[in-house]
Amino acid sequence: MSTATTTDSKDLAPVSAESLAALLVSGERPPRPSALSASLTFGWRAVLKIKHVPEQLFDVTAFPIMMVLMYTYLFGGALAGSPKEYIQFLLPGILVMSVVMITMYTGVSVNTDIEKGVFDRFRSLPIWRPSTMVGYLLGDALRYTIASLVMLTVGMIIGYRPDGGVGGVLAGVALLVAFSFAFSWVWTMFGLLLRSEKSVMGVSMMVLFPLTFLSNIFVDPKTMPGWLQAFVNNSPITHLSSAVRELMAGDWPADEIAWSLGWAGLFVLVFGPITMRLYNRK
Amino acid sequence: MSQHTSALAIETAGLVKTFGETRAVDGVDLAVPAGTVYGVLGPNGAGKTTTVKMLATLLRPDGGEAHVFGHDVVREADEVRGRVSLTGQYASVDEDLTGTENLVLLGRLLGHGKQAARRRSEQLLAAFGLTEAAGKQVKHYSGGMRRRIDIAASILSTPDLLFLDEPTTGLDPRSRNQVWDIVRAVVAQGTTVLLTTQYLDEADQLASRIAVIDHGKVIAEGTKGELKASVGAGSVHLRLRDPEQRPEAERVLRLALDADVQLEPDPVALTARLASASSDSAAEQASRALAELARTGVTVDNFSLGQPSLDEVFLALTGHGTQTSEEVAA
Repeated sequence: MSTATTTDSKDLAPVSAESLAALLVSGERPPRPSALSASLTFGWRAVLKIKHVPEQLFDVTAFPIMMVLMYTYLFGGALAGSPKEYIQFLLPGILVMSVVMITMYTGVSVNTDIEKGVFDRFRSLPIWRPSTMVGYLLGDALRYTIASLVMLTVGMIIGYRPDGGVGGVLAGVALLVAFSFAFSWVWTMFGLLLRSEKSVMGVSMMVLFPLTFLSNIFVDPKTMPGWLQAFVNNSPITHLSSAVRELMAGDWPADEIAWSLGWAGLFVLVFGPITMRLYNRK
Repeated sequence: MSQHTSALAIETAGLVKTFGETRAVDGVDLAVPAGTVYGVLGPNGAGKTTTVKMLATLLRPDGGEAHVFGHDVVREADEVRGRVSLTGQYASVDEDLTGTENLVLLGRLLGHGKQAARRRSEQLLAAFGLTEAAGKQVKHYSGGMRRRIDIAASILSTPDLLFLDEPTTGLDPRSRNQVWDIVRAVVAQGTTVLLTTQYLDEADQLASRIAVIDHGKVIAEGTKGELKASVGAGSVHLRLRDPEQRPEAERVLRLALDADVQLEPDPVALTARLASASSDSAAEQASRALAELARTGVTVDNFSLGQPSLDEVFLALTGHGTQTSEEVAA
C-alpha cells in the first residue's frame, strides 16, 4: 500500500451529492487547449512552485553572486592588472557560465517530479505532449532571467560598465536565455533517463565543468596549446560568451550570434525528440 | 475493430505487460459495459494497476489489444485520453500547489478559459466540502481530503470513463463511505467507472460486474451474485452460553445446513460455512439453523451472518489466499 494511513477526516465537511450531480451534468468538455496555451499553463505551474518554495531561488541568487565576486577578485589582479579592469571582460562570460550551469537543475526537477502521481495525470490528458516539458523550461527561463539580473546588478556595483547600454545588455541576456532554454533539453533527457537525482547531478557536473571552463570565459584562448584551442574555439559556450560579450559592448557579432543560435537549434532538434520519446515510454 | 461502439466502454483481448521476467498482466480479457461500475478485484501485485495504466494510455501493452469506446489505446491514444480520467492509488495532484491551483491548472489544461476554470474549481471544491482547505497546499491535506481533491480533479470535465485505482486504500471507514457516495453520484450521471480494489465489500457496494484477477490473469468474472455463489453464501458465526453444548450444536448445524462446521479456539464459538448449492438464501438457511438449535435446547448467546471475505473468494478460486501473490511494483 503506497498511501499513508490517516485518521483525520472527522472535521471534513460532507460531500454535497446534489451540487456534485449538477456539476457533472453541466460539465461539458471544452475544446482542447492549443500547444502554446498548454505550455504556458505548465509554465504557470513552475512559477507557482517558485511562489510556494522560494528557497529554490537560492541557486539563481546566491550562487551567481558568489561566482561574480569570487572570480573577479581571485583572477582580476593576475589576469588584467586589477579586478575593475577584469570585470569588463569577465562579467558577460561569468554570466554565461553561471546560467548555463543553472540549467542542470532542470534535469533534477524533472527527475524528482516524474515519479510523482501527478505526472500520470498529465500524461493521460489530451494535450500537446511536449507541453509538460516546455512548461518546465519556461519556468526555468524565468529563473535564468532572474540570475542574469542579479549578476548584472552585482557587476555594476563593483564596476562593470557595459558600452552597449541597456539595449546591448538586454540583447545579450535574451540570447543567453534563449540558448539556455534550448540547452536545457539535454537535461530533460537526463532527468528522464537516469534513476536518481544524484546521478543527474553527477552527469551534469561531468558535462558542465569542462564545457564551461574550456572556453574563452576566463582568458583569451590564444595562450592555450593548439589542440586545446581547437576545442575551445569551436565550443558552443565560446561562441555564446563571445556573442554576449560583444552585444553588451555595443557591437553586433552576427557570426557569433548565428553560431549560438545554430547550436541552440541543434540541441532542441536532437534532445527534444529523445526527451519526448523517453517521456512517452516512461 | 470499429464494430465495438456504444455498448462497451472497455474491451480487451489477451492484454499482456511484462516487466523483465515478470508477466504483470498475462492475457487479460475484459468487456466493460458502458454506464456501469465495473470492479477489478485482486490482491496487491495482481496486475490491477498495470492494467489500468495500459487502458489509460500510460503504459504500452506488450501483447494483445485494448479498446476504449472503440478506440485502440495505442494507435488512437489521443482519442482515448480525450474521454477518460484517472485517479491513481496515490493522489494524482501536485502536492506543492494548493487545492484551487491544482484544479485551475487542470481545468486550463482541459481547455477551460481562465474564468471558467476558476469558477468550476470553486464549485467543485464546494461540492466536495473542501472550500476551507482550498488555499492550502495539498501536502498538508489528510488522506480523505486528498482522495477528494483527486477525484474532483478527475471530473473537472465530466469524463465518459473514470479509472479509480484503489480509491479507498488507506482510508478510515468514514472517508471510505464518503468516497463511495462520490462514486455513486458520478455513475448516476452516466460515467462508466472502472474500479480496482482489494476489498470484496467495496466491489460489492459499488460494482455491478466484477472481475477477479490474480497473477495477471482474470480467474473469475461475473455479476456479484454469480461470484458469491461460486464461493459459498457466507458463514454463520455462533456463540453459545454453555461450552458443554457445543458438540450438540455442531451436530445440529451439520444436519440442518449440510455445511462444514468449524470449532473456534474460543470454547463457546463455532462457525458454519453455508453451502452455495442450496436454493435458500443465507438468511433463510441461518434462521432454519437457529430454529433447529432452539428446538434441541441449545442456548445461543450471539449470532452473526458473515459475507464471504476476499480471502475466502481467493481460496475458493485459486486454492491459495491473497497473501501468496508476489508483489509486483507497477
